[in-house]
Amino acid sequence: MTAPASPSTAAMAEWLRGRANPADRAFRAVVLGVAGLVLLVLLGTAAFLVAQAWPAIQHYGFFSFLGSDRWAPSDAVAKSTHPNPYGILQFMYGTAITSLIGMLIAVPVAVAVALFITQIAPAWLYRPLTYVVDLLAAIPSVVYGFWGIFALIPALHPIVNFLTSTLGNIPVIGAVFAGPFFGVSYFTAGVVLAIMVLPIVTAICREVFAVTPVDEKEAALALGMTRWEMLRTAVLPRARSGITGASILGLGRALGETIAVTMVIGNSVLSITASIFGQGATMPSVIANEFTEATEPFHLSSLFVVALWLLIIALVVNVAGKLVVRRTREDIV
Amino acid sequence: MAAAPPASRTPGTPQLEGGDGALSRRHAKDRAMTVLLGVVVAITLAVLVWVLFYVAAQGLKYLGPTFLTQTPPGNPALPGGGFANGIVGSFIIVGIATLISVPLGIAAAIAVVEYGGRLAAATSFVTDVLVGVPSIVTGAFVYALWVTHFGYSGLAGSIALALIMLPLITRATAEMLRLVPDVLREASAALGVSKSRTIVSVVLPSATAGIITGVMLAVARAMGETAPLLLTALGNDLFMQTNPTQRMSTLSLQIFDNAITGFQTAQARAWAGALTLILIVLVLTIAARLIGRRATTARS
Repeated sequence: MTAPASPSTAAMAEWLRGRANPADRAFRAVVLGVAGLVLLVLLGTAAFLVAQAWPAIQHYGFFSFLGSDRWAPSDAVAKSTHPNPYGILQFMYGTAITSLIGMLIAVPVAVAVALFITQIAPAWLYRPLTYVVDLLAAIPSVVYGFWGIFALIPALHPIVNFLTSTLGNIPVIGAVFAGPFFGVSYFTAGVVLAIMVLPIVTAICREVFAVTPVDEKEAALALGMTRWEMLRTAVLPRARSGITGASILGLGRALGETIAVTMVIGNSVLSITASIFGQGATMPSVIANEFTEATEPFHLSSLFVVALWLLIIALVVNVAGKLVVRRTREDIV
Repeated sequence: MAAAPPASRTPGTPQLEGGDGALSRRHAKDRAMTVLLGVVVAITLAVLVWVLFYVAAQGLKYLGPTFLTQTPPGNPALPGGGFANGIVGSFIIVGIATLISVPLGIAAAIAVVEYGGRLAAATSFVTDVLVGVPSIVTGAFVYALWVTHFGYSGLAGSIALALIMLPLITRATAEMLRLVPDVLREASAALGVSKSRTIVSVVLPSATAGIITGVMLAVARAMGETAPLLLTALGNDLFMQTNPTQRMSTLSLQIFDNAITGFQTAQARAWAGALTLILIVLVLTIAARLIGRRATTARS
């Protein structure tokens, strides 16, 4: 661009661009072609979901799905366009409340575990503890669901019975904690989600805490602070946006989780249940449950509408999380 | 916790001076918080142990040669039988998915790290986004793309799993390629070696261990996936199916189907299946970590 390049720099530039000889050019074309294919996967996912959802969207109208919390495929009549029997608000609510419960449990625990691993535990424990917490992420979703039904639910019964008999009696907000509790519920799904997202949130928090400048920690200790005071004044404030980003990425994972949630939420699709100890359904769970048995008019197409909304929500949450985490890293470095 | 903090001027700033009482209170609080954090870590580890031991205890009751070599009885209420078809199906479906996703994932990572430019930057961003796409959505995509034309099949399941593995492999490989020092590339160029040859014979080999780690973790993840397979491979509990163009069962699908029946006989099979699946995934994960660890220590 600026000065005329000498022949050798020109040759070097050619080399770097991978266009120096036919073999290089072919290799470059293949590799960049695959890179383009990756872009097509995302575009294709969106396009194919829209195409499959289109008949239902055209029949009922795009926003009519958000107009009700009643999903009743058996009410669907091919010719009738109103009211839309495929309301999806209860699935959005189910996804939101289970993810929220999961994050309320997982984030404080993840921060505590990450603080312990990076700041308190002796150095030789760092790697073993990291591995063991990561193992929680290796256990398959279907196993968590199965374990949830037979091991977790019996353990939750006394806790939930206590909560329903205390918080459940408070006027107004008591409805949120009202019994009866049959085991499968939003709350159960939230607890399972908490365990499943814990390793992801912990891993990012660990990374964020690990890069706290040593001189600031030493300065805090030199002022005579105890270790906890040092953590609270030198480590945690700096990590606030990192913890936020980690939580958003964990949330992104939680709201797409399917099989474990499907097994412990009760799959009630007819309305929003006010109590968190009641049964419900999430956006992924209704897809998994009904997909292969969707025989009513516009049933399958309406499930694709749910999938489309799920994709949109997951993309927004994940991109937001990525941006927050990325900004944090730049702040630190 | 119990001790009220002394009135401090700036919220969050600990009161450093004060009488003997204040000092001992601060030390007590420090000890209390240390213990609290330790207890939270202990509870987390206890949950992991609880899951592993519960599945092992339930699974060992039925895990055995019969389970590993037979297909399930036609009626799920009957005892006996096993998940041989699901185990074989899992390895076939994940095997094909690996064959599809590894070359594509590595090629995309090479584009991102070695070539750069606008397309590569877009690919890098989209890879991060794809990691966050829920697996059931990927299953629905492959249903629309493939199953509507060719029917449910093991191959459709492989495509779905390949799409899930692709961004994981690309991200792990790109990370490893970035760690390869530029000196190696420059030395190769100075010797007159072409860029493509440099990538294939100099850059990739020095990143091999790390790439293998990434691939094994992606395989472990795919082994445990259930949701996308419900919409693609569908499952086949009747007989051993080794032809990937037909409906196929996997270990994860059989655990799901048998777990949600009300029959204790089916649940016994599902527990043995869950233990088998956990063992496969843990072996892959731990082996991957060991290889990755050797790779990083060798480099530094």
